[in-house]
Amino acid sequence: MANIPDDLHYSKDHEWVRVESNIAVVGITDYAQDSLGDVVYVELPKVGDEFAANESFGSVESVKAVSEVFSPVSGEIVGINEALTDAPEKVNQDPYNDGWMIRVQMSNPGEVDSLLTAAEYEDFTKAETE
Amino acid sequence: MVDFGGWDMPVQYPAGTIEEHLRTRKHAGLFDVSHMGEIDVRGADAIALVSHLTSNDPSKLVDGQAQYSALTTPEGTVVDDLLVYRFADDHLLLVVNAGTTGKDWDWITSHRRNGAAELRNVSSDYCQLALQGPDALTILGRLTDLPLSEVKYYHFTEGQVDGVPAIVSRTGYTGEDGFEVYADASKAEQLWNKLLDAGNFGSETGVLPCGLAARNTLRLEAGMALYGHEIDETTTLLEANLGWICKLNKGEFIGRELLAKQKEAGVRRRLVGFEVTERGIARDEQDVMINGERLGKVTSGSPAPFLKKNIGMAYVPSEFANEDQQIEIDVRGKPVGARIVKTPFYKRER
Repeated sequence: MANIPDDLHYSKDHEWVRVESNIAVVGITDYAQDSLGDVVYVELPKVGDEFAANESFGSVESVKAVSEVFSPVSGEIVGINEALTDAPEKVNQDPYNDGWMIRVQMSNPGEVDSLLTAAEYEDFTKAETE
Repeated sequence: MVDFGGWDMPVQYPAGTIEEHLRTRKHAGLFDVSHMGEIDVRGADAIALVSHLTSNDPSKLVDGQAQYSALTTPEGTVVDDLLVYRFADDHLLLVVNAGTTGKDWDWITSHRRNGAAELRNVSSDYCQLALQGPDALTILGRLTDLPLSEVKYYHFTEGQVDGVPAIVSRTGYTGEDGFEVYADASKAEQLWNKLLDAGNFGSETGVLPCGLAARNTLRLEAGMALYGHEIDETTTLLEANLGWICKLNKGEFIGRELLAKQKEAGVRRRLVGFEVTERGIARDEQDVMINGERLGKVTSGSPAPFLKKNIGMAYVPSEFANEDQQIEIDVRGKPVGARIVKTPFYKRER
C-alpha cells in the first residue's frame, strides 16, 4: 500500500505539493516511484525557469522507461534538489522528503486548492490500479 | 506485466531490475523464458535443410552441441536469430524468438526443399528456464545427478532435473556462465519453484527471479543482439557484426550470394557499441549525430547496472565505426555526447 501523507496536495500526474507560505515544494508520490521502479536519472530545470501549471518541468528515468514530471502549480523555480544528480535513488527511498525535486515561487497560490487531497488521491490511485 | 510476443511477462519482480541484474552477475538469476519457440527437425536431410536455411554451419556440430545462427533472407538480412541443437545426425532442434515463431515456421516450411526432413512446431510442448550467473552450477547441481561441470559452453546433455526429464544446455543470454533447462511445459512451475528453493542462500546472495527488463540490460552489457532491435529483415548479418556466423564457404544457403558480395564490397553501415559521456540516457530509436549530421540510429540504449554507465548500440556509417569516435545522441531534442567503444561492454572473468 502506497504511503500518502495527509498534509500534502496531489496531482493526477502523481506529483505531490508541500506548501510553505508562497513556495510549493514538489516531488513525485510513493505510488509513482513504486510504479517506475529504480530511478536512475532525474532531469531538473534551472533556477529562474518559469512553468505554467501542468507543464513538464523535467523527467525521471528508470532502467526501462522515461517519464515526464509536471509542475502542479504555476511559478518560478527558486530551488532544485541537486542531490538527485548523484543520488537519484532518493526518489525511491524517500519520495516525500529527501526525494523532493523543485521549489516553486507560486504566481497563483490559489491553484493549490484545485489539487487533490490525500483521501482524493488515494481513491484516484485505487481507481487507476483497478 | 507486459505483452511480449503474445505472452504475459513480468518486466521485473519485487527486487527490481537493478538488483536482479546485479544478483545475476554476482550470484544467480532465474528467468522464465518458456516463451521461446522450438522447432523440431528430423530425418536424413535434417542437417542439409537447416544448412540451406541458416548462415552458420550445422554440419560442424557434434551430438550434444549447440550453435548460434540466423535464418537469412536472400538479401542477407535476418528472419530470426536462433540456436541450433544437434541431438543426432538426423535430429536437430531450432530454438527461436517468441515473437517470430509463427513467422519462422512459415518461412521454414515455405523454403524447405524436397528431401527427407520432418518439421514440427513443438513450442507449446516445452517450458524453458534459464539459470544464469556464477552460482548457477552449484544451484542446478542440487537438483540433478548430471555431470554439469563436464558440459562445455554451448553443449548440452539430457537427464533428470528434480525427477523431470530435461534438456540441460550450457547457454544463456546474460554474458554469465549458466544453464538453460528445457522440460515438459506442465513441469514449469515445479522446476521454477525448486530452482528458487535450491538457490535460496539468503537475502543477499540467493538466486533471484528476473524479469524482461533485467534480461535486456544483461544481454546489452554482454553486447548480444536482440531481434527487432539490432537485427531484423532490414539489417544484414555483416552490418550487425555477425560475420562470425556467416559460413560463406560451407556451400549454398539462402542469402549466401549477397553476403559474399557484401563482404567483398564492404558494408555501408555497421553496428557499434557506445558509451554516453555526458549526462543523459540514450534510448532505442534515437538519432545518432556525427559532426552535426543525423547519420545513424540507436538500436538499444539503456543504463548498464553493473558497469554503472549509460550504454547502447547503434548503426553508423562504416567510416565512423571506429573506437573512440565521438558521436552525439539526440535525447528528446537534446544532443548528448557519447563515444564508440569496443563490445562486449562486459566480459566475465573466466
